[in-house]
Amino acid sequence: MFDLSNKTALVTGATGGLGASIARALHSQGANVVLSGTREAVLQELASKLGERAFVAACNLSDSAEVDGLMAKAEAAAGSPVDILVSNAGLTRDGLLMRMKDEDWETVIKVNLEAYFRLSRSAMKGMMKRRFGRIIGIASVVGVTGNPGQANYAASKAGMIGFSKALAQEVASRNITVNTVAPGFIASPMTDVLNDAQRDAILTKIPAGKLGEGSDIAAACVYLASVEAGYVTGQTLHVNGGMAMI
Amino acid sequence: MSEVLERVRKIVIDHLDADPDKVTDKASFIDDLEADSLDIVELVMAFEEEFDIEIPDDSAEHILTVGDAVNYIQEKLSA
Repeated sequence: MFDLSNKTALVTGATGGLGASIARALHSQGANVVLSGTREAVLQELASKLGERAFVAACNLSDSAEVDGLMAKAEAAAGSPVDILVSNAGLTRDGLLMRMKDEDWETVIKVNLEAYFRLSRSAMKGMMKRRFGRIIGIASVVGVTGNPGQANYAASKAGMIGFSKALAQEVASRNITVNTVAPGFIASPMTDVLNDAQRDAILTKIPAGKLGEGSDIAAACVYLASVEAGYVTGQTLHVNGGMAMI
Repeated sequence: MSEVLERVRKIVIDHLDADPDKVTDKASFIDDLEADSLDIVELVMAFEEEFDIEIPDDSAEHILTVGDAVNYIQEKLSA
């Protein structure tokens, strides 16, 4: 099950903990993996840890021209067309709306949502031709539930979900699926800095009683990337320990 | 038969897996060759690549038959 041999995956945001977990999981299922992110040295280090079948294609996702060129760059690096796109890169610029700067809104929308659109568009031509493709957007539980202080981030993640549903309908007949994975609270450098009181407050909302791990999200991606998940499209797979059941 | 027609026919036959006898000048992509809207987009992209031209969306909308495609491409190439 879930054998990804002879498939090539592009994972954005692979310099982050979550992206690295996703890349590792796809790679261990046999996929060729192209790691993308802004910090090339970090990508190279991860690639050398993974060993064979791991490639690097750095990209600054806030630069539209670079994003439009990433798919070709990734395919050149791997020497094979991209079958699986995992759009994982994202950033936050939190703040209450009344104080939110234009720039905080624009940056978040550009990197989280617009890059997903651009990458999907450039992946589509090859996937249509080959009659196979898996597009996976890493959204967030807050794209569905909202979260104060994250109007920009929540909008970008909700946007990813709506985008995926529309695209899923456009290309379903070509054996291309488009889904999102919506992580809840995942252990990361971001949650490591929480104090005990903050952590306890979060945990009371999570029936599973613990934060998720990168590997929990990665497993969902492996499933959605697989041939076996070919009948699953336009869906949002919530991986959140039960904190929101939608 | 013009060279453009032959190249267009080849793309259409390959892409739609169509019966070559049905791919005539008058054949409508949607009504006669069972293409859907995505097929049309793919065909237009294939024509663009084959003939190294650009076909804007508002022109593509008027390409309904094999003959329409050939005429459009011939015009574009001679322009």
